[in-house]
Amino acid sequence: MLKTTGVAQKEDWQAKLPPEERRKAGPYVVYECYQKIPCNPCEKSCPFKAVTIGEDINNIPRVDYDLCNGCGVCIARCPGLAIFVVDETYAPGYGKVLIPWEYLPVPEKGSEVTAVGRDGKDVCRAEVVEVRTARNQDRTVVIGLKVPVDLVNEVRGIKLGGEDNGR
Amino acid sequence: MVKTQLLVVGGGPAGLAAADTAASLGIQVLLVDEGRSLGGQLVKQTHKFFGSGEHHAGVRGIDIPQLLLKEGQDKITFKLNTTVIGCYQDRVLTALTGEDEYFKISPQAAIFATGASEKFLAFPGNDLPGVYGAGAVQTLMNQYGVLPGNRVLMVGAGNIGIIVSYQLLQAGVQVAAVVEAAPQIGGYLVHASKLARAGVPILTRHTILAARGKEAVESAVIARLDDNWQVVPGSQQELEVDVVCLAVGLSPVVDLLRQAGCRTRYVPELGGDVPVRDSLLRTSQEWIYVAGDVAGVEEASAAMVEGRLAGAAAAKQLGADVAAADEIIARSQASLKALRGGPVGEKIRSGIAKLEGGIANA
Ligand SMILES: Cc1cc2nc3c(=O)[nH]c(=O)nc-3n(C[C@H](O)[C@H](O)[C@H](O)COP(=O)(O)OP(=O)(O)OC[C@H]3O[C@@H](n4cnc5c(N)ncnc54)[C@H](O)[C@@H]3O)c2cc1C
Ligand code: SF4
Ligand code: SF4
Repeated sequence: MLKTTGVAQKEDWQAKLPPEERRKAGPYVVYECYQKIPCNPCEKSCPFKAVTIGEDINNIPRVDYDLCNGCGVCIARCPGLAIFVVDETYAPGYGKVLIPWEYLPVPEKGSEVTAVGRDGKDVCRAEVVEVRTARNQDRTVVIGLKVPVDLVNEVRGIKLGGEDNGR
Repeated sequence: MVKTQLLVVGGGPAGLAAADTAASLGIQVLLVDEGRSLGGQLVKQTHKFFGSGEHHAGVRGIDIPQLLLKEGQDKITFKLNTTVIGCYQDRVLTALTGEDEYFKISPQAAIFATGASEKFLAFPGNDLPGVYGAGAVQTLMNQYGVLPGNRVLMVGAGNIGIIVSYQLLQAGVQVAAVVEAAPQIGGYLVHASKLARAGVPILTRHTILAARGKEAVESAVIARLDDNWQVVPGSQQELEVDVVCLAVGLSPVVDLLRQAGCRTRYVPELGGDVPVRDSLLRTSQEWIYVAGDVAGVEEASAAMVEGRLAGAAAAKQLGADVAAADEIIARSQASLKALRGGPVGEKIRSGIAKLEGGIANA
């Protein structure tokens, strides 16, 4: 399915999640990079050396979850926009998802948006709780969405075109 | 007659890397490009490049050209808006700057880094206004800030089709669908997933049957293909679009090389007719080297490394420091091997294997 539609299936992305106890311990990164391609900017970008591609640039990135603290620095460095940070401990009943965003408009902090899944379909309403635009992100914005905790690994985007988009 | 030690034709990533490397080895270089700015394909690529960090991956394509010229700048003469139009076996090339400055160039060696041109597709209505190549859409949109239309059907789910679809979405244009005749997405899945998240359907085993419209494209008919690539009866659907964008592959621009007497060979893995060359990227004409997409359609990372390899090999032939040149050659060859090492590099590897032997046994 992933190879014919571009939509990762549950068994694909579940295999990328850290073990249950790590998930409950605080924010963690999810690398939705499934294919051997010659690419490695993520490896250098992590200040904590939590990501390894290694000698062969075609390797799939591996995350050491003892080293990853979910800082989210790597998100904007990935040309595939394939990196997300998930926090299941954000607030009672709520989690936070950090997603990369390269469209206009850039939603404002505090606003409500429609969060979508890997297939672009609506998942839920979400509050924008963070908008990161650091210079070294080179125009890739990183947006934090507060969503019901059971949906943290379903939400992977925001509906395009702002709130009054009828598409 | 303009004399130079080394002529580099084409100022994309391959040509820039070649010129910079040869110049850093002390060679006098003339670089000509028919465009108005340096960078080749890069000037249209607003997305962050995949590839190796060492070759500027993670940097947006538009920002890469300035990173490529480091050391040798003062030994390079740049001539933009200049098209090489002839290449003769007595080492004379003819070129045209603008519309009337016609001149000859006589180099001791030349590196061709002329890139690739787009393939087209035959279907009824493909001559209607609104049918574009992906390159034209990018030029309009990313270089001149002009939208090609409101709603696009993209044909081809290789990296170019997928990335240009993404750029269209970023520009506020709708993408009705991406159709791909093959059973699987050809481009990198991380790029495809961006489109999926934006709600754009990618339809594999689908093709365009026709573009329809009176004065310009008003709709496109698509259909599903079976295992034998035949249209499944009754699967036709008509999509309302005003643009059909074709991203169905590239083929190397080898005309000038042929004129110069360089042998070419048809290697589908590399995009079509490609110049036969050795592991130093030297063609069957000993004074002509090739680098980048013209030597086989690939990626910018590989194009830059090939540029360095050809630049060093040509410099060595022209009398540059042998040890310094050999070091760059060895490093570049190792780096190409690493880039092409994975499953997506397999096609390239088998294509090149067909070529490199070519000079000895042709
Ligand atoms: C949409 C798209 C997305 C891409 N994304 C990536 C990516 O993310 N990562 C990656 O690694 N690669 C990517 N690529 C591929 C990459 O852009 C090319 O592989 C690379 O530009 C090839 O470099 P080149 O120097 O061989 O050719 P080009 O960049 O095509 O440059 C050739 C130059 O030669 C000039 N020229 C041609 N003929 C003549 C002549 N007769 N006289 C004078 N000048 C001439 C042209 O004007 C041009 O400037 C992408 C390509 C496209 C189209
Ligand atoms: S989230 Fe931070 S710590 Fe974790 S892999 Fe990314 S950069 Fe490294
Ligand atoms: S930078 Fe992104 S696309 Fe490239 S290897 Fe890392 S995660 Fe995958």
